[in-house]
Formats: sequence, structure tokens, C-alpha cells
Amino acid sequence: MVQAVIFIVLAAILIGSALGVISARNPVHSALFLVLAFVTSAGLWILLEAEFLALVLVLVYVGAVMVLFLFVVMMLDIDTTTMRQGFVRYAPLGVVVAAVVVVEIGYVVWTRKLGVTFGTPVTHAAKYSNTRALGDVIYTTYAYPFELAAVILLVGIVAAIALTLRRRPGTRSQNPAKQVRVSAKHGRIRLVKMPSGRSRGGEAP
Amino acid sequence: MNPAMPTIFLIIVLAPLAAAVIAGIFMRFIPRHFSHWVTILGVAVSFVLSVYVLWQMLYNSMGNFNVTVYNWGVVGNVQFQVGFLVDRLTALMITVVSFVSLMVHIYTIGYMADDPGYKRFFSYIALFTFAMLMLVMANNFLQLFFGWEAVGLVSYLLIGFWYTRPTAIYAGLKAFLVNRVGDFGFLLGIALVLTYSGSVNYAAVFAYAPQLAGQHMQLFPGLAWSVPTVICILLFVGAMGKSAQVPLHVWLPDSMEGPTPISALIHAATMVTAGIFMVARMSPLFELSDTALSVVMIVGAITAFFMGLVGIVQNDIKRVIAYSTLSQLGYMAVALGASAYAAGIFHLMTHAFFKALLFLAAGSVIIAMHHEQDMRRMGGLRKYMPITYITFLIGSLALIAFPGFAGFFSKDTIIAAVHDSQRAGASFAYWCVLLGVFVTALYTFRMFFMTFHGKERFVVEPGGKHDHGHEDHASEEHLAPGHLAHPPKESPWVVTVPLILLAIPSLFIGWLTIQPVLYGGFFGSSIYVAPNHHVMQRLTDEFHGAANMVRESVTSPALYLALAGVLVAWFFYLYAPQLPALLAQKLNAFYQLLIHKFYFDEIYAFFIAGGTRGLGNALWKGGDGVVIDGVLVNGSARAVGWLSGVLRRGQSGYLYHYAFAMIVGLCLLLGWLLLR
Amino acid sequence: MTITLFDFLALSGVLFAIGMAGVFLNRKNLILLLMCIELMLLAANSNFIAFSRYLNDPAGQVFVFFILTVAAAEAAIGLAILVVLFRNRHSINVEELDSMKG
Repeated sequence: MVQAVIFIVLAAILIGSALGVISARNPVHSALFLVLAFVTSAGLWILLEAEFLALVLVLVYVGAVMVLFLFVVMMLDIDTTTMRQGFVRYAPLGVVVAAVVVVEIGYVVWTRKLGVTFGTPVTHAAKYSNTRALGDVIYTTYAYPFELAAVILLVGIVAAIALTLRRRPGTRSQNPAKQVRVSAKHGRIRLVKMPSGRSRGGEAP
Repeated sequence: MNPAMPTIFLIIVLAPLAAAVIAGIFMRFIPRHFSHWVTILGVAVSFVLSVYVLWQMLYNSMGNFNVTVYNWGVVGNVQFQVGFLVDRLTALMITVVSFVSLMVHIYTIGYMADDPGYKRFFSYIALFTFAMLMLVMANNFLQLFFGWEAVGLVSYLLIGFWYTRPTAIYAGLKAFLVNRVGDFGFLLGIALVLTYSGSVNYAAVFAYAPQLAGQHMQLFPGLAWSVPTVICILLFVGAMGKSAQVPLHVWLPDSMEGPTPISALIHAATMVTAGIFMVARMSPLFELSDTALSVVMIVGAITAFFMGLVGIVQNDIKRVIAYSTLSQLGYMAVALGASAYAAGIFHLMTHAFFKALLFLAAGSVIIAMHHEQDMRRMGGLRKYMPITYITFLIGSLALIAFPGFAGFFSKDTIIAAVHDSQRAGASFAYWCVLLGVFVTALYTFRMFFMTFHGKERFVVEPGGKHDHGHEDHASEEHLAPGHLAHPPKESPWVVTVPLILLAIPSLFIGWLTIQPVLYGGFFGSSIYVAPNHHVMQRLTDEFHGAANMVRESVTSPALYLALAGVLVAWFFYLYAPQLPALLAQKLNAFYQLLIHKFYFDEIYAFFIAGGTRGLGNALWKGGDGVVIDGVLVNGSARAVGWLSGVLRRGQSGYLYHYAFAMIVGLCLLLGWLLLR
Repeated sequence: MTITLFDFLALSGVLFAIGMAGVFLNRKNLILLLMCIELMLLAANSNFIAFSRYLNDPAGQVFVFFILTVAAAEAAIGLAILVVLFRNRHSINVEELDSMKG
């Protein structure tokens, strides 16, 4: 009963914040609404006994990705007035499409029952650890996909850096590679043989 | 059964291959003399082991071998294997092949001494020996076909050996193309065998043969053909190509463009007999069809007589021998057609020796004449090259079936067999082979007299600067035809020794082997003759030893025909040398017919080559130009261009359009799931 | 009253539809489009977790784990592209981005 109440409350907040995301005038507000949606979702996931993922959602999404979003929104100087043009004009279309999708999904879920039978959720013992259960699977059955995921993250890092890296002319910077490559023989010291100012008797009469 | 035998068979086959590979692939890294030593060693190993196998067969009563050494592939229920069927037929063939090949290898050292393609040549002939041995030792049709094609390939390479001569290239191409026609039939025959018997293995096919006898197939709707007849005729078409029977004979005379050792080895002694061998090997199939045997006999008879006629008017010494080869192959085919397989194989063997001898002796003459092949510029060579003269004479006598020489025993047996045969067309064939004897004697001794007797029709111009050997070809280039820098002389020992070694069997092989091979049941189970076809049986009853056969020959017409031929040749070419030209004038129509070889080449060039070219032109302009290029290639490109022109209007470039399309797609997919 | 799987599915469906409607409404602002996509992903993830719970199979949660990984990488790269885009064109207005027009 308590769970049902929590579910209804969280669901209401989630839908409200989602609507906020798509309707807020200011992108910063949208991002903050999205943060709220993520946090409530995390709550729902805890209700579903997926504690680890709920925490990951909060940490990774709210902590990192959404901060990134906010950062970008604030960094880019966006003209919010032109951004909202056409909002009203397209609202009916969006609502209609969304309604169609909702109806269709609802129909599939309720009338077809997806063709599967669902048991009631298992109640776990008090010392049951969701993280351990997940880890058991990830590090055994899904070891290779897991490593692939790591590679994808690495690629993501490299790609993001490579995309945004740029050289501004006029800034002063060190080039470590060049510094390491330097050698005394080539270029650092140049020994020059010069005749002394006075002649050594070569022009003696 | 000796367990080492399969290994021996493998060595027999693989030793020449190894030699060929060494001489061929490492051509650039080995010295000249190494290339001939390694190939001679390889072939000598084959020869010695072949003799050993034959010896085991003859004197230690070793049975037949049918071993599979390698499983090459399996398709459905059909197994493709590499294996050896070694019975007495095979043992005889491998001995003959490796012996002649060995002789030719040795001879080549002398003949090709100053040719830039020396090592390549040795590699080729060793490769040929490998292919030929594979062909005769095969125990299944696929391996037979492999050997068949491989010898064809090497033959092509060797005919075009002097690839800078346009005529050699043309001749090689011609041989290759004409053989393709034959091979097409051969392949169809094999396919039919496979279809009906479900196997390519000889043993399985021959075991199935009796059930084949009653079956019929419809080549054309409403016309039933006996299956064995169709199979055998198709197989014989292959043999016609390889063994140069009319009308697929046109490539053999042209193949004389190749070096003479090749003419001896491939185009006289061994490869061209592959067709004869194949028909003998397939005797259990051919015996099922009288029609096919009649075809074999009639084709052989036509070849034997009419090709001999053409030989009379040729002036190139090698071409004369080439036409005599055609004619002798015809004799062999006639023997096969009369169900006298043993006689055919016997003639194959004796012919291998004396024809190789004749070719090599002709080669010796050609060396002495500084690569002059026209007999009109020879004559009187007897006193310059005595060894070549004697051996050539022995070869000629063997060829015209002079009593006591090798050819006599085999050819007379064939004539007798045809005489006894009851098959349709036998009487025609009998007259052909009988008259062929006269023709053979005529052209053989015409060649003999023109080359070695009579006046010298060449001029010796002793040049001051080239006074050593015949290595200096360059200096001969500017001499007019028929002019020699120095008098002809006997060839070196590497040339004469093979001649002598080949002359010995040409003299004696008939005496020694006719009794066991023909009448002693030598071939045993390897050749099957239906009981009602047993020509050889009747001959066996009449046979009372080789000496008797020689004695009885005075009562046979063949001897007198041969003598008449020699006499006519003597009369026309020694006694009254101006007569042939006169006769040619009087009988101009007939002479033209012979000079143009019955117009086979012209007909082929006009109808087949011209027709093919016309068809090709039509297909090129109409099919390729209009349909494929115009409609299919450019048309599809144009269609794609038009379609993309239409479709690109949908590509607005706006992100939300694409997103919208995706969402609509999602809705439709969901809708399809709902209404499904 | 207990909460069933279908309650969660319905919630996810609604969330997904809102995200989709957002794509339509905010058709000019690229950042908002990305946010809407995040919403839809969230809906999908919720579905996975709900199924995992009610089918009693941890594989569903593994899926979410991977989706989160990929989505994080995607968000990072997407935002990087956005930054580069803005740097070059001084705008992230979708209507001005039509150089892919066929």
C-alpha cells in the first residue's frame, strides 16, 4: 500500500517534470526539469529493487551528463526567443502523434498481454545485494560485452576531445615532444670557427 | 599383393613431375646441364620402375592393382579420387611411354643444344611424361580427364614452343581449339557415364555396364537412342580429337611446328595414342554397342587411307611423317572397331617405337641440314650420315609392314582382323586398310628416296669464317634456302644413341612379343571382348608362331601392295624424277585436292571460324552493344539516376523531417503489430 | 492495491510519448532535442528494469547498464558535436542546418 502511494507520487512528479522539460521556455529550466525526472526515475527504480542502477543513474546522469548539458547550455549563447518559434503551431501535431503512440502501446500492452505470463516479483532476503547479483552476471556471462562497453567509453572520450580540440593562433604553449627530441648536436648549440681579429703574420711583408 | 606397389606407382608418376618442377620453377637458378640431368633422372626412374612393374606382371604373375591414394572430393554419393589401376594394359603403356620419353630426353640434349629455351623445354617434356602417366594409370574417369587435359596443355605449350613464330602460335591455337571440340564430346560422355552409373570409378562403371545395355534415352523427342551407343560415340569423339581422326585431324600436321623431339614424343608415339588407349580401356562399354564400334571402324578406315594419300604430296619431311602418323592411328582405330583391341594396342606399341625412331631420325637429318625441312632441298644424304640412314631405313621398313619388322606383325594382324570382322562397314574398312598399305609404302619410300638417295639438291658454300659445328645459326640466316655453310655430317652421339636404341625394338619387338601379347592372353581381364565379337579368337586358331607368319606373308596381298608402293616410289623419284610433276599436271584436279588436304582447313576456316566470327560479331554488336551495354548497364544506371532524382526531393536536410519520418515509421510498425 | 508490471509499462509509455512530442515541439533547439532523446531512453530503461523485476531475470538490468554506458558516450559526443557546430556557425538552430539537403 505504501509502495503504491510512493509509486503514484513519483509517477506524477516524473510526468510533470517531463512535461516541464519539453515546455520550459528557458533551456536551463528544461535541463533542471530533466534532472528532476532522472531523480524521480531513480526513486522508481529503487522501488523496483534495482538499487545499483538507480544510484548509477543519479551519479552518472545527474552528476555528469546533466552537468555537461547545463554547462553546454550556459556556454553557448542561445537566443531563446527564436528557439520557441513554431511551438504553438506544431503543438497539435506533437500531441496527436504522442496520443497515437500512447494508444497503440496501451493497446498492445493491455489487450495482447505481450504473449507472456508474468509471475509476481520474488521477495529477496534482507542480505540480498542487487549490486552483487548484477556483478555476478556482468563479470561472467557478459564479460566481453562489458569490455566492449569500456572501449565505447574510451572512444567517446577520445572523440569528444578530438572534436573540440582546437589551436588558437597567438597563444603561447609548450610542445613537450619537441622539447624531448631536442639534441645538442642539431640546433641547440652551434660552434662557429671564427678567425681572430688580428692577423697572425700571414700578411707579413 | 606387394605392399610397396602403391608407393612404386606414386614414384613412377611423381618422379617426372618433381623433375619438371625443379627444372621449371628453378629455371633461373640452375645451370643448363643440370636441367637435363634432373629430368632424365626423373624419367629414368619412371622407366626402370615401369619395367619392374611389367616384369612383376609377366613373370611373377602379379595381379591387377586398383588402389586409391587420395580422396579428392565427395559430392553427394559420388567420390572423386586419385588412384591407380595398374593391369597389364597399363603396365605395357607406362613402359612404352617412359621408354620413348627417356629416348627423347636424351636426344633432346643434342637437338636443342643451342636453343635459348633449353631448360623450359626439358621442364615441359618431363611434365608431359607426368601427365601421360597419370592418364594411363588412372582408375577413374576424372583422373583420366585430368591427364587428358594436361597432355593437351603441354602439347599446346610445346607446339607453340618457338613462340616468336606466328605459324607456331597459330598451330598451337589450332591444336588447342580442335582438341576442345573433341574434349567437349569426351566430357559429355563422362557426364553420361556418371549420370547412368553414378560413379566415375572404372571398376564401378564396368560392373554397371551390363545393366546399361538395354537402356535407351531420348536425345531428340521421339527418337530413342541406345545409351551405350551414345556414351561410346561421345567418348570416341574425345578420342578423335586427341588421336587426330578425321574430321578432327587437322591439328596434327600443323603441330609439326613444334621442335622435332616433341613431334616424336607427343605427336607420334604417346599422346596421340591416348585416344586409342582410352577406347581399349573402355572396351567393356564399347563392346555393348555395335553401332559405336562401326563408327570407330569407319572413321579409322577413312583416316587410314585418305590421310595417307595426302602424305604422298607433302614436301616437308616432318609433315610426311605426321600424315603417316594419322594414317597409322587410323589403323589402330580400325582394329578397335573390329573388336581386336589387343591388335590395336599392339600396333600402338610397335608404332610408338618405329614412329619415334622415324621422327628422331628426321630430326637428325634436319640438324644436318641446318633446320631445313623441305625434302626438295635434300637428297643423297646416305653417304654423309650412315647411322641415321640405316636407322631411318629400319623405321621405314617397319612402317610399311615389311615382313619381319615390328610394323608387319601388328599391321597384318589388323588387316586380318578386319577381314574376319562381320561388323557393318568392315568390308569398306578392309579395302581402305589394304590400299592403305600401298599408299604407306609409297609415301614412306618417296620420303626415304628423296632424302637419302638421288642427286644432292643443296649447295655447299664453304664459308671462311664459320668452320665449326652447326652452332652458328646466325651466320646461316643470310644463306639462301638450299645453301649450306658446310657439308652435312652425322649427328652427335646423344642423337644417334637413341636412334639405335629405338631401332632395336623396331626390328625385334614384333618377333618377341606377338605371341604373348596377341595370342597369349596377355591382357587378361584388362580388355573385355564380347563372346560374339571374338575376332582375335579366330586369328589365334590360325596363328602358328611368328616365323610362320612371316613365311605365310608371301601369299597375302599386303606384301605385294607394299612392294608395289616401294617400286612406284623408286620409279617416280629415283628412276624418272621428272614424272611426278608431269603426273601432277595431268591429274591436276586430284593433285589440287591432295595438296589442299581435301580442303578440310578451308572448310573449317570458312564455315566454322567464319561462322563463329559472324556469330561473335552479331552477339557483340547486338547482344553486348545494344542489350547489355545499352539496356542493362547504361539503362540501369539511367534508371537509378532518374529514381534518385525523384527521391532526393524527399531529402530536405532538416533534422526534424528525418525525426518525423522515424516516428511515423514507429507508429506504422506498432500499427502493423496491432493489426497483425 | 499492488503495483503491477502494467503500471510501470504505462508510465514508461507516457514518458516515451512525452519525449516524442518534445521532438516535435522543440524542433529548433538541438540541445532540447538531445534532452528529449534522453527522456525516451529513460522510458526504455524503466521498461527494462520493470521487466527484469517481474520476470525475475537480472539480464534486463545488464541491458540498462549497457544502455547507460552507450547513452553517456552518445551524450558526450553529441554535445561535443554541438559545441563544434556552434563554434563554426554561431547557431544551433536546426532550420539553418540544411547542408545535407539532397
